[in-house]
Amino acid sequence: MKTVEEIKSAIEAAVPGAGVEIVPNPSVSGQHSLRLAPSHAIAVATYLRDELLFDYLSNATGVDWPDKEVTEKVKVTRTVTKTVDGVEKAVEETVEETRRRVQPGCLEAVYHLYSVAKNEGPLVIRMRTGNRTDQVELPSLTPVWRSAEFQEREIFDLFGIVFTGHPDLRRLLMWNNFKDHPMRRDYVEPDDFEYEPTAHDEVLKRAQAHRAEAEAAGREGAGA
Amino acid sequence: MSGSGFVQAKDKPEGWNRPPVMEPDGEGELLEVAMGPHHPSTHGVFRMDVALDGERVIRLKPVFGYLHRNHEKLGEGMSYLGSMPFTDRLDYICPITNNWAYALAVEKLTGQEVPERAEYLRVILGELTRFQNHASSIGFLIQEMGASGTPLMYAFREREKILDLFEALTGARMMVNYMRFGGCRVDASAAWMDAARKVVAALPGFVDEMDRLLSTNEILMARTQGIGILRPELAVNAGVTGPMLRASGVNYDIRKVDGYGIYNRFNFRVPLGDHWDVYDRYMIRLLEMRESIGILEQALKDIPAGPVMDPKAKLRGFRPKPGEAYGRIEAPKGELGFYLISDGGPNPYRYRIRPPSLINLTVLEDMALGENVADVVLIFGSVDIVLGEVDR
Amino acid sequence: MAVESGLKIELGKQGVFVTTIEELYNWGRRSSIWPMQFGLACCAIEMIATTMARYDLARFGAEIFRPSPRQADLMIVSGTVTKKMAPQVVRLYNQMAEPKYVIAMGACAISGGPFKQGYNVLKGIDRYIPVDVHIPGCPPRPEALMHAFITLQEKIDGQHLTGAGRPRYLDAEAQGEFPVPVFGAHDLEPASNPGVWPVPIVIQGSGAKGQGTANHKEGREIEDGRGN
Repeated sequence: MKTVEEIKSAIEAAVPGAGVEIVPNPSVSGQHSLRLAPSHAIAVATYLRDELLFDYLSNATGVDWPDKEVTEKVKVTRTVTKTVDGVEKAVEETVEETRRRVQPGCLEAVYHLYSVAKNEGPLVIRMRTGNRTDQVELPSLTPVWRSAEFQEREIFDLFGIVFTGHPDLRRLLMWNNFKDHPMRRDYVEPDDFEYEPTAHDEVLKRAQAHRAEAEAAGREGAGA
Repeated sequence: MSGSGFVQAKDKPEGWNRPPVMEPDGEGELLEVAMGPHHPSTHGVFRMDVALDGERVIRLKPVFGYLHRNHEKLGEGMSYLGSMPFTDRLDYICPITNNWAYALAVEKLTGQEVPERAEYLRVILGELTRFQNHASSIGFLIQEMGASGTPLMYAFREREKILDLFEALTGARMMVNYMRFGGCRVDASAAWMDAARKVVAALPGFVDEMDRLLSTNEILMARTQGIGILRPELAVNAGVTGPMLRASGVNYDIRKVDGYGIYNRFNFRVPLGDHWDVYDRYMIRLLEMRESIGILEQALKDIPAGPVMDPKAKLRGFRPKPGEAYGRIEAPKGELGFYLISDGGPNPYRYRIRPPSLINLTVLEDMALGENVADVVLIFGSVDIVLGEVDR
Repeated sequence: MAVESGLKIELGKQGVFVTTIEELYNWGRRSSIWPMQFGLACCAIEMIATTMARYDLARFGAEIFRPSPRQADLMIVSGTVTKKMAPQVVRLYNQMAEPKYVIAMGACAISGGPFKQGYNVLKGIDRYIPVDVHIPGCPPRPEALMHAFITLQEKIDGQHLTGAGRPRYLDAEAQGEFPVPVFGAHDLEPASNPGVWPVPIVIQGSGAKGQGTANHKEGREIEDGRGN
């Protein structure tokens, strides 16, 4: 199989303006990925399928990269009025400040491609959404590879990525009026009275909260 | 190569890989039936919303999720080894191959080596699993045809013998939890090897019996030949793998293509289908049972002595370096793959199972449109799915 | 009112067989329990294996597994009940004709099993329907299922047709139809059926003295919501 660098150059030659980046994979497996820009994804996918003969989409999945709070030390130069030798002057001062900012996370769709015609693979391609809240759209690769149909529905169900151009984007595994996207890292499970005889941590806290509620209700009922 | 000669996708018209929109002929309304989730023939809790024009299927939409046990979310909360018993419960008829796929993916991530004896044991148990899976699958298919359980009884008779072997080796009939990253959990004694050889020696007789009773049975042939045709180019584009892909004439067996483990040491053929119908899928499974017996005989003869676990394998404090890997095997149902992203911690950051059964079901609608509703059950049975894998 | 066994044997030697309607009735019912074909997950494969030639559940009277709930007496809930499936399980239970029994087979049907921490897993089918026999195991061996079946048969043998302990279908005031949960936005609504499953309010540790953490070396106080 060609290396990811060769494939990247071939794609850039064939589909001009396709923003393709190489994402190196530090593990031993050596399965490096190509990150595609959503705008040209369908054109790149069609090129991969028809010219490079990656005709078999094996796996399509989503990954959640949540927002990260980043603490960094930044050197800030400010003009400050200071008294020097009894005279007020404007002096430039360089101070190190600790700043906290939230690096916005995103949702990512990862596709593993193989070639049945040439016995090659895997080629990993990825696409990232803008953020996790309102820019969650990506183009659907179902028109190119039919096997993405159910898998993209599952990514929509569990992560919340909306695939434009998908012939039938509904929830796959959860019921239709379910509101959350459970595979996200910040999903909180519903409190459904999980019972354990040796409760600890979260379950113990919830059980104590239930008990407090029940006692309060009992007291009210007795008092009323 | 896979010399199937199918035309590549770029010469096809737009929308070629979508199911055709069927129009009802005749008057009257469409009858919408929900087949499942409680149904005697749906291999578990699975629902198909079919719209019928008389007896012909006009539209079929599968509904999943009735067995969604959030395995992937659990995997993020558990250590790598802690997920191993859960992989048993994916495709619960073949726990060994599920374990193997997961162990392979982790070994790809970390670069661990597997000792030779462990590889041979993996092959022996894997092929035994494949044999009993295909036997059960044929049994279930014929039962859905109305044979009231007799082929299934025969298949389960052989399955019980194989499960006895599993129990003697691993301690459990079904949920074996046998593979580890870098080898196998326990070694097989010489007595077990002899018992395995005896079981394998009796298997060809069983396959001959099934063949003699079923393959030329006129009811089977009338009901399955020409039903549920899947064209090879659609099969490849839809990600279909396993016996279903090979019954559509595409020569793609991951044991040959990837050559994972030590499969390139064994001499075995890959049967392919010519007519792409339900009968071909039945026949492919029967022929693969014979090939499995061949591999088993070779493996049982050649298995060397040695350790079954990589001595450098770290059991406690197993933290693979950051990175990702996708490992796949030829499970009896298709390509079972695990995609793992590690962030350097003891739990995986992303734990994804590529389920062959779910992706093989992508083409259920295409195969069933235009067929009679009684044949939908057969077509569905020939896909050979397990709901634990579809819904995870 | 049961007949004394010594008298029974004496009369039996003369060719006179004495019994009560209750015994006959229960004997007839327990010898022909027809289960419903209701396999959900992995335990279903062990259930199928129990009906196959080696373990053969049919010799205990479970001759035919009926697919239709109207024709079945016993629902063996084998496998994980997910929240998506739970309304169908309760509906099927309601559709079964009395007298009907439920065996919860496997850890998942009893309490959610290994998949307990799940947004889609119902933590035990006994939250919505009454269960007669629970079989632990993951999956329980076919012999365990046969043991459970025999336990159910013994339970049926011991059922009295009159009096306070009579079964549900002979009691005009007992709950006949169980409410079916609906799909809510985040969970099933209701999360459990309080008539069937009393929510356990259990905490451990010296909670009464204000510390909440468990200490296995000291004694634990466990208080049950029912005041036991």
